[in-house]
Amino acid sequence: MAVGKEIKTKIASVQNTQKITNAMEMVAASKMRKAQEGMASSRPYATNIRNVIGHIALGNLEYRHPYMIERETKRVGYIVVSTDRGLCGGLNINLFKQVLADAAKWQQQDAEIDFAVVGSKATSFFNNMGANVTAQVSGLGDSPSVTDLVGSVQVMLKAFDDGEIDKLFIVYNKFVNTMTQQPTIDQLLPLPKSDDEEIKHRWDYIYEPDANALLDMLLVRYVESQVYQGVVENLACEQAARMVAMKSATDNAGDIIDDLQLVYNKARQAAITQELGEIVAGAAAVG
Amino acid sequence: MSFITVHLNVVSAHESIFSGCIKSLQITGSEGELGIVPGHAPLLTALKPGMARFIKSDNTEEVLYVAGGMLEVQPRSIIVLADVVQRANEIDGQAAIAAKASAEEKINHLSKDADFTLLAAELARAVAQLRVIQMAKKKN
Repeated sequence: MAVGKEIKTKIASVQNTQKITNAMEMVAASKMRKAQEGMASSRPYATNIRNVIGHIALGNLEYRHPYMIERETKRVGYIVVSTDRGLCGGLNINLFKQVLADAAKWQQQDAEIDFAVVGSKATSFFNNMGANVTAQVSGLGDSPSVTDLVGSVQVMLKAFDDGEIDKLFIVYNKFVNTMTQQPTIDQLLPLPKSDDEEIKHRWDYIYEPDANALLDMLLVRYVESQVYQGVVENLACEQAARMVAMKSATDNAGDIIDDLQLVYNKARQAAITQELGEIVAGAAAVG
Repeated sequence: MSFITVHLNVVSAHESIFSGCIKSLQITGSEGELGIVPGHAPLLTALKPGMARFIKSDNTEEVLYVAGGMLEVQPRSIIVLADVVQRANEIDGQAAIAAKASAEEKINHLSKDADFTLLAAELARAVAQLRVIQMAKKKN
């Protein structure tokens, strides 16, 4: 009986796809656990250094580091952290939309935009868009190291030092939980002020040994730790998003198989009924 | 203005070692030993490899080994951004003794291509680790 042969093949092909998405889901789930641990372990450092920087930006320091001075904004830099691979739902696109919306606001104020991109998805997106990409790095793998990132960070820091850009932001997906990834835009430079009410009076630090050297050391660590944290958060987000996307793909494949199975059964049933009808009619004619 | 306790955060690049209220902190700054009690004036300093010893709000003492980093003090909060932190019981005493001996040996017979500052830093780290172990032993 050749009924529904095409449907059978289709079911088999969907089943194969389902197997793949199911495997990808499980891989993403186990990678996510590792990425999440990495993210959680470096998070305290990044948060605390941000707090320290917030205090410093509020203080009335004798040595005004160039990073602390608000300039008129003529050019804005974004460090955009994206994934290297696709199949992770709307993760990257949501992030890019957020960046473009934010960039459009600056463009209205006649500021120009520079991008430094991390991850191949951002690279192709911003290159296709014809945006001004000053640095790019991709292929960081599952456990990125700070040294991989230093290059593109330095490009942006140098641009800031030379007065080419007047503000620097980092854009990444913040890991809230497995279901929620929050596209986040954080200001790196000039240093964002802390909103701690208690230390809003005029004060300065006691420095040991020397304000200049200390701040230089701290600020470099600050920028590096923030970018690194952005990258590891984004990595955890990527795996979580992929896990969810693959889970829904597996579920959808299941639905399609059910539908196809129903169509197949109906066709088979119709064929049987028809055959029976023919036999009965034939028998009636003979008798 | 006097406070009874101050909030201390000790973090390294890979973990948060301590977060809580303390009564006093003793730590090795780049210019010498520092004693910090609640309500200290704002202070920013680099850290040398050494001991961080603090008394928690329940009067128990804890000793940590800190290998360089930065310290920020505000009247109501202290943040230690360390490169590496170890609890006293995590330090490998034998390895520290060996590291100290080898560093001393190399400094005493300094070869031409050896970097003295690097060796001195190595020695300082080993000595600091041993001091932390001693301190922790004395306490028990």
